[in-house]
Order: sequence, then C-alpha cells, then structure tokens
Amino acid sequence: MAQTVKINVTVNGEQVEREVEPRLLLSDFIRHDLGLTGTHVGCEHGLCGACTILMDGEAVRSCTIFAVQADGHELQTVESLGTPDNLHPIQQAFIEKHALQCGFCTPGFLMTLVDYLGDNPNPTEEEIREAIDGNFCRCTGYFNIIEAVKLAAEKMASH
Amino acid sequence: MKPAPFEYYAPTSVEEALATLQNLGYDGKVLAGGQSLIPAMNFRMARPAALVDLNKIKELFYIKPTDDGGLAIGTMTRDSVVEKDPLVAERFPIVPYVVKHIAHPQIRNRGTFGGAIAHADPAAQIPALSVALQARFLVRKQGGERWVNAEEFFMGPFMTVLEPEEMLAEVALPPMAKGSGASYQQVSRQKGGYAQAAVISVVVVDENKRCKDARVVLFSVGETPILSQAARKILMGNLPTPEAIAEVAEKISKEEVDPGTDIHGTAEYRRHLVKVLVRRGLTEAFERAK
Ligand SMILES: Cc1cc2nc3c(=O)[nH]c(=O)nc-3n(C[C@H](O)[C@H](O)[C@H](O)COP(=O)(O)OP(=O)(O)OC[C@H]3O[C@@H](n4cnc5c(N)ncnc54)[C@H](O)[C@@H]3O)c2cc1C
Ligand code: FES
Ligand code: FES
Repeated sequence: MAQTVKINVTVNGEQVEREVEPRLLLSDFIRHDLGLTGTHVGCEHGLCGACTILMDGEAVRSCTIFAVQADGHELQTVESLGTPDNLHPIQQAFIEKHALQCGFCTPGFLMTLVDYLGDNPNPTEEEIREAIDGNFCRCTGYFNIIEAVKLAAEKMASH
Repeated sequence: MKPAPFEYYAPTSVEEALATLQNLGYDGKVLAGGQSLIPAMNFRMARPAALVDLNKIKELFYIKPTDDGGLAIGTMTRDSVVEKDPLVAERFPIVPYVVKHIAHPQIRNRGTFGGAIAHADPAAQIPALSVALQARFLVRKQGGERWVNAEEFFMGPFMTVLEPEEMLAEVALPPMAKGSGASYQQVSRQKGGYAQAAVISVVVVDENKRCKDARVVLFSVGETPILSQAARKILMGNLPTPEAIAEVAEKISKEEVDPGTDIHGTAEYRRHLVKVLVRRGLTEAFERAK
C-alpha cells in the first residue's frame, strides 16, 4: 500500500480534509481531487505559469509543490476571484482590453496579478513586464495584457 | 501522478531532519523550495526513494545580522525574502540585485537561498554570488558540523562536497571590506531565463584608488562558478585603467572559461559575451568602489 498522509487545507475560504499520496502534485489535487479546474496545467515543470495560485497570499506554481506541503496553509484559486455577475476588477479589465484569446493562460495571469497589484498598486509598464515575466501567453502577444494591467490598477485605485 | 512514489518525511526540527537523513543514507533527499527537484521528479529524471522536507522547520528560515557587519542566512530563506529584506539591501546591495535575476516572482516565492547552493547548477546565480562574497557554509549532520568555504564547495555540475547524510544549514556572509564595489552583468534570451554568460565582480580599492582585491566570478560558462586568477594578477596593486580592465577581459575569455555550445548559443559567442561582460562589470564595480 502506498503511503498516504492526511492534510488539512483552506481552499478559497473553505476548510478541506483529504488523504493524499505524497507524490500528488498540488495542481492535480486542486483539479482532480477538488474539481477546481480553473487552475490550468501547461508544462508541469515550473515554466509556463498557467498553474499559478496563491498560497498564504503569495503567488506560487502549484505544479512544483506537493499537495502534502499545503497542509495547514491557505490556498486561493481563480475560482475565488469573482462571479460572472460580479467580476474582480482584474477580470473586468482583461475583458475590456481583450487580454485573452484562448484563455488557457488567463487564470495564471490573474492570480499572479492579484498578488502583484496588492503589493504594487501603481506599477510602471516596465514593472508590469517584470511582474508577468513568469507567465506564458501563446495567443495575445502580451500587449493587451499589459494594457489590462494598467486599467486594472486604475480600477482598483478608484474602488 | 507524475513523480515516482517516495516515502515522505516532514520533520519539524533540525535534529529530527538530521536523524532522518542519517537513517536513510543514500535513499534520502532533502526537499527545500522544490523548484528544481520537483520539476526533475515530474519528468522522472529524479526518483528519490525518500524525501526529507525542510519546509516545516521554522529554525531554518532567518536573516540575522552578525556583529562583524555581515549576515547569517538560514538555508530555507526564500529568494523573495532575501530580495526584499532591508538589512540585506543595506549591507550587501549586490545581493537583491542578483537575486532579482533568478527565474520569476512565483518561483522566487518558493525557491530557497540554500537550496540553490546545494543544487549547484552551473547556470545559477547564488552559487557564484557566494563565491564572489567569500561566503561560508554551515554543513550539519547528526552529531557533527563543519564549515566549508564557498570556493571549496562546488565540485562539478550539480555536484558539491555534501554527503547524503549532511544538510546545508546556514550561509554566512562576511562584511564587505571598506572601499569595495560590486557589479552584476548577465545576458539571457529573455527576462528570468537562465544566463548564457554572466559575471559577478567584487573589487576593493585603497585610498589612492589602487586595486586591493578583485574577485571576478564567471558562471554559465563552465562546470562550476569560476573565480578568475587573471583579474587578481593583473589588477592588484595597480590603478584599474581601461587598458588593464581590457587585458583582464581578454585573458579571462581566452583562458579561464570553458563554455559549451547549445541551442541558445555557441561556445564562441559565449566567449565573446564573457569579454564584454567582464569589461562592463569591472568598470562599474570600480566606479562604485568607495
Ligand atoms: C522555470 C524556472 C526557471 C528557473 N530559473 C533560474 C535561474 O534563472 N537561475 C537560478 O539560479 N535558478 C533558477 N531556477 C531554479 C530555482 O531557483 C531553484 O529554486 C533553485 O535552484 C533550487 O532551490 P530550491 O530551494 O527550489 O531547491 P530544491 O529544488 O528543493 O532542491 C534542489 C537540490 O538541492 C538539494 N538541497 C536543497 N536544499 C538543501 C539543503 N539545505 N541541504 C542539502 N541539500 C539540499 C535537494 O536535495 C535537491 O537535490 C529556475 C527554476 C524554474 C522552475
Ligand atoms: S503548469 Fe505549472 S508552471 Fe506550467
Ligand atoms: S490567451 Fe491563449 S495562451 Fe494566452
């Protein structure tokens, strides 16, 4: 029998308790065990940023953390951001600036930016480029994403 | 499931971790930030039989000032913490500047200062930085410990003097000498990408602006960080004129580095980068020296 470990995690404000094998990746735990498929999986080796979530408020790659390591920690996935009727300002800005095409990369960008704009409410364009340098988008060419971040920063300032 | 199965240990104290490593011997592997180890396990390039996770050991996360003006950094201190720490910025301004070049923000939130050293990737910044700053490493095992100089720690690509039952516990940075200046220069294909060639220069000048010491460390152009002998030979005791700096750059690029060819660039191109980066780096370091 493979070893399993009991973990207690807070996911989007809800307490969950599960038995997991130590080799289970946090990204697979979130998608398969919890059914939260908003977190996307691209490369599974830390390169693309699609799987970015918040752990204790900080943006991290969920594909390079084991689920057992989340024990006792607080996670936020893209599902925590907004609802279709009440979008988060960053989500709204992505729509208005046409910052997504296929949308595969979008959850990773959003979670990276929630963390970043929380600490840096008024970034320069250069700083925005640095903040998203760990997220790949194969569709947009990034320009509209940068425009969306600027707009999101404005929206969040006036909130 | 991507990684192969392994036994998982999550000790909460250093003593417990050391005892576990001692028991496991060659089967045990330390898990720090996991930003290199977990990708390798996802590919099954690494298949450790057991992991000893250090993330629950609170006593390994710290940045402490030392009385001599240096710093002691616990091995599990995240890169992003080092990058933003005011004391680090005050005592070693070069450190946050270099750390910012490692990977991406999300990776620096997990990756650890000591983990990068233990990993000994020839393209990694922190091993070279530790050689340039004359860091000393506290290595512990059950019932014993030793201090190793950064210069003697790296044996080859991904190879160090660490034994399987040992753990890197602390990185000690001695204070920067009076009259010192530092510079970091790298070229990479994109922001956050591994450097194709890079150099960290730390110089010291006397009151007459003559060079008292020059530690020029190249990386990504050989099997380990390379501390230049030529820089010291040519510069020590002399004024760092543009001619002298050019001579150092020429000599290092011809004789002291051993770059390879890969899809990102040829060996010849990397030698050229070394020459340009050493010249820029030494010029900037001497300008900053005070
Ligand atoms: C997309 C991507 C880009 C990256 N780009 C860069 C880059 O540009 N520059 C760069 O330098 N790095 C880069 N990295 C690597 C990253 O910085 C790693 O965090 C770092 O190299 C290893 O640190 P870690 O704490 O994650 O160690 P881990 O991955 O946990 O461990 C790495 C190795 O070191 C051993 N180890 C770790 N800590 C100890 C210890 N205390 N005692 C004994 N052994 C130990 C482990 O057993 C393992 O073999 C990148 C990683 C990714 C995924
Ligand atoms: S899936 Fe995690 S970084 Fe690509
Ligand atoms: S919108 Fe398709 S990858 Fe970014």
